[in-house]
Amino acid sequence: MSEIFGIPVQALMAQLMLGLVNGSFYAVLSLGLAVIFGMLNIINFAHGALYMMGAFLAWMGLEYLGIGYWPTLLLAPLAVGVFGIIVERGMLRWLYKLDHLYGLLLTFGLALVIEGFFTNAYGVSGQPYSIPAQLSGGFNLGFMFLPYYRGWVIVASLVVCFATWFGIEKTRLGAYLRAATENPQLTQAFGINVPMMVMLTYGFGAALAGFAGVLAAPVIQVSPLMGSHLIITVFAVVVIGGMGSILGSILTGLGLGVIEGITNLLYPAASNTVVFVIMAIVLMVRPAGLFGKEK
Amino acid sequence: MRYELRKLALALMLIPAANIAAAQTSPGTMKLSDNTVKIGVLTDMSGVYSDLGGQGAVTAVQMAIDDYKAQYKPKFKIEMVYADHQNKADVGSNKVREWYDTEGVDMVTDVLNSGVALAVAKVTQEKKRIVMFVGSASTRLTDQDCTPNTVHYAYDTYSLANVAGKAIVKNGGDTWFFLTADYAFGQSLEKDTTDVIKANGGKVLGSVRHPLNASDFSSYLLQAQASKAKIIGLANAGGDTINAIKAASEFGITKNQQLAGLLMFITDIHALGLQTTQGMLLTAGFYWDRDEDTRKFSKRYFEKTKRNPTMVQAGDYSAVTTYLKAVQAAGTDDAEAVMAKMKAMPINDFFAKNGKIRVDGRMIHDMYLMQVKKPSESKYPWDYYDIKSVVPGDEAFQPLSVSKCPLVKK
Amino acid sequence: MSRNAFAYLALLAVGIALPFFVYPVLVMKILCFALFACAFNLLLGYTGLLSFGHAAFFGTAAYVAGYAIKGWGFPTELGLLAGTAASALLGWAVGSLAIRRTGIYFAMVTLALAQMVYFIFLQAPFTGGEDGLQGIPRGTILGLISLSDDLNLYYFVLAIFVFAFWLIYRTIHSPFGHVLTAIRENEPRAISLGYDVAKYKLLAFVLSAGLSGLAGATKMLVFKFATLTDAHWHGSGEVVLMTILGGMGTVLGPVVGSSVIVTLQNELADKVGSLVTVIMGVIFVVCVLAFRRGIVGEVSALYKRMIGAP
Repeated sequence: MSEIFGIPVQALMAQLMLGLVNGSFYAVLSLGLAVIFGMLNIINFAHGALYMMGAFLAWMGLEYLGIGYWPTLLLAPLAVGVFGIIVERGMLRWLYKLDHLYGLLLTFGLALVIEGFFTNAYGVSGQPYSIPAQLSGGFNLGFMFLPYYRGWVIVASLVVCFATWFGIEKTRLGAYLRAATENPQLTQAFGINVPMMVMLTYGFGAALAGFAGVLAAPVIQVSPLMGSHLIITVFAVVVIGGMGSILGSILTGLGLGVIEGITNLLYPAASNTVVFVIMAIVLMVRPAGLFGKEK
Repeated sequence: MRYELRKLALALMLIPAANIAAAQTSPGTMKLSDNTVKIGVLTDMSGVYSDLGGQGAVTAVQMAIDDYKAQYKPKFKIEMVYADHQNKADVGSNKVREWYDTEGVDMVTDVLNSGVALAVAKVTQEKKRIVMFVGSASTRLTDQDCTPNTVHYAYDTYSLANVAGKAIVKNGGDTWFFLTADYAFGQSLEKDTTDVIKANGGKVLGSVRHPLNASDFSSYLLQAQASKAKIIGLANAGGDTINAIKAASEFGITKNQQLAGLLMFITDIHALGLQTTQGMLLTAGFYWDRDEDTRKFSKRYFEKTKRNPTMVQAGDYSAVTTYLKAVQAAGTDDAEAVMAKMKAMPINDFFAKNGKIRVDGRMIHDMYLMQVKKPSESKYPWDYYDIKSVVPGDEAFQPLSVSKCPLVKK
Repeated sequence: MSRNAFAYLALLAVGIALPFFVYPVLVMKILCFALFACAFNLLLGYTGLLSFGHAAFFGTAAYVAGYAIKGWGFPTELGLLAGTAASALLGWAVGSLAIRRTGIYFAMVTLALAQMVYFIFLQAPFTGGEDGLQGIPRGTILGLISLSDDLNLYYFVLAIFVFAFWLIYRTIHSPFGHVLTAIRENEPRAISLGYDVAKYKLLAFVLSAGLSGLAGATKMLVFKFATLTDAHWHGSGEVVLMTILGGMGTVLGPVVGSSVIVTLQNELADKVGSLVTVIMGVIFVVCVLAFRRGIVGEVSALYKRMIGAP
């Protein structure tokens, strides 16, 4: 059992694990995009920048205030969420009556501002953020070496993703949310404060991005460009999955991460492009996306 | 309206005349342009290589200019401009083109990034100025891509491979896997090291290319691990090398395989610490703690920057000083005359002893094989290296006999 | 009409005289981006399609033209044509996929496909990867006039720009252009009138991609260089910004927008470093929030109000 189809098991497992780690980030980010899109009907281009912001807040917390990883895991997403709420109140809400493309353009501009600000302050080379002491080191499973921290990333993302799914699909608040998505006027008429829900939704989506950022900080360098590297791939993930279902975006994210990992093993040169190729194929076969509903 | 059109027609007719006038005033023929020698420092100010050159390079060049003024009291003015090339070849070459066209820059130096350097060499040749590469590494700069306007100062990938690479193979590291920065520098370093490995009986089992400023090395390192090579050669530099070494220890790779940083600077060792880097073999063209002169310069530099100079920053100082001496001797800032002087005079300063600039533009000087000290051996701050051997310049650098530079055949 | 013609002639005169007052390379850069933005505006302003991947066409033409001239020894004119054709072809491929979705999805699909093109260029051997395709000779026009002189090249670039601008102008004011506007205003209505909307959209996309390619190939000639920057998504965002700032759906808007942005970037780059990105982002946000008609749109609205209200 040391080889499957001529591929060493150790290498296969290792790449699968890395793929799952990347897939976790895709899942959390595309989940946030889907939640925001459902409520606000905009694609949040600033999602990558918010993710980067989460990572930077983690780094800054440690560097300037001495706040460790664990409190940061809660505080940084909260801060990013508050930032998101300010953005929604201050800017996005003026655009709801216009073509939805303006939302995309506005958040693109916002992404440039955030990215430029951090680049100017910290350069593009990236700041190191060490793995928390409790999770350094790793398991030698015999067939592969699993660093504890990477395992934690997968578990934490899955928990957050499914908690979100549960909250939206199975709770009363979630039911209001789905109602407001379906028919805002009617929901408002039932006495539910829809603008408030819109605001909280954007804040929550932003917080999800910030959470992913904190998770990512010890895995990759905390760099101003980390968000824009990732967000375009996540867009492709969203197009592949379709915006229709929460569960769909989680599964698509994880699945594409794993596919990337396998590609890395079989044909490394294509690992950057495989997601986009899949997107092109999906567009040809099923334009609405795997889990999307044709309008 | 018809009158307006007539005016327009008149304007149109004036253009060829203006064209001729402009052609006559275009720069290029002045003796000492504006009685000023202008030096441009093009470097990485904010990216992965900014610790190697960056602001520190600007400081070093400014020191060189100030020291030269104080010592030689030249009649001409010396000015400096600097810019960030962001590690993008187009940004760098466009900036340099603008410097030459509109600001009268005579010489450009540092250029930390081989991809940028290759582009800058072409612009410099076209505009007939001088470029002195200090930070850039690719041997191509004085090999197939050499120009009569190029000087390559501190080191190159051939010498890196030929000093530390050779030593590692001879110490038993005979199977290699490369982790290579995917642009001119990494490719040159991989190629030159591969040649040395093969010539010394070693074997290369494979390589993987990563983008400059890569964020996550884990996937590449797992490929290196699967190759079971004894040595994982890091054909990258600066932040990329640091991150690769850190990721390797996270995945427990260093237990069975050895990492070889083919281009390590003292700031990298400083960032990683001796615990992680002890025992590594590396090539250097400069070490601050080598003798009285280097210590004297480094002390002054440290006072300004709170760091000891890297080979690049020290090289910048030396290159600018050499250039200014040559301008003084030639009595002009005309590139051809200054270049002739530079190639004729020996270079003797804290950086190089009996250095000389070869016909292909390669500056030949002693290189050092260094070994990183154990934490217990380090007696004072920045006490990091043991000098294992001194390799004379003629052995360290690529011999002219195998050069592909067209200037050599003449 | 005659007032319009005069205005364009006056602009042409400015274009002809400009290199004697301003660094010609900078003006050429502005012209290239102006052409790029005009081609983009054909799609955004006149067809209502927001493509977020136009840098792919800009970059593709730069690489193909550059490689044709440097690698295969094509004469300059033919190299530019080859680059333009390659971009139009890529435009056809990307367009066919992207027009299957509309609105926001269209933007994301174009962005993602452009990113794929970017990664292909990053790894393909002929592009030189991160080093770029360097030292491309400028060559001559018809084997007669050397383009290595900046002024000669300037007038060549100006001629290309004027030709392409005229082409775009004619397209907008042709029956084809009117159908495009109808699609932008009300797509279901255009369908019910019997127009094959998908075909019109695709044709507009191909035309826009080809002309963006011409802009990219010309820029390559100016800087003798084709790089990843040309194909990077930042470029796609920049061209959106130029068009919106100048005024989308106006003929001159993209020209004004690109002049402002390129000049600003050039002036600011040394002074504020990476804060340039912040400034671009702020302009973007302000445009979207308060200034959606852009410079030309606002000015002409003001002008109309002044004549309209007696």
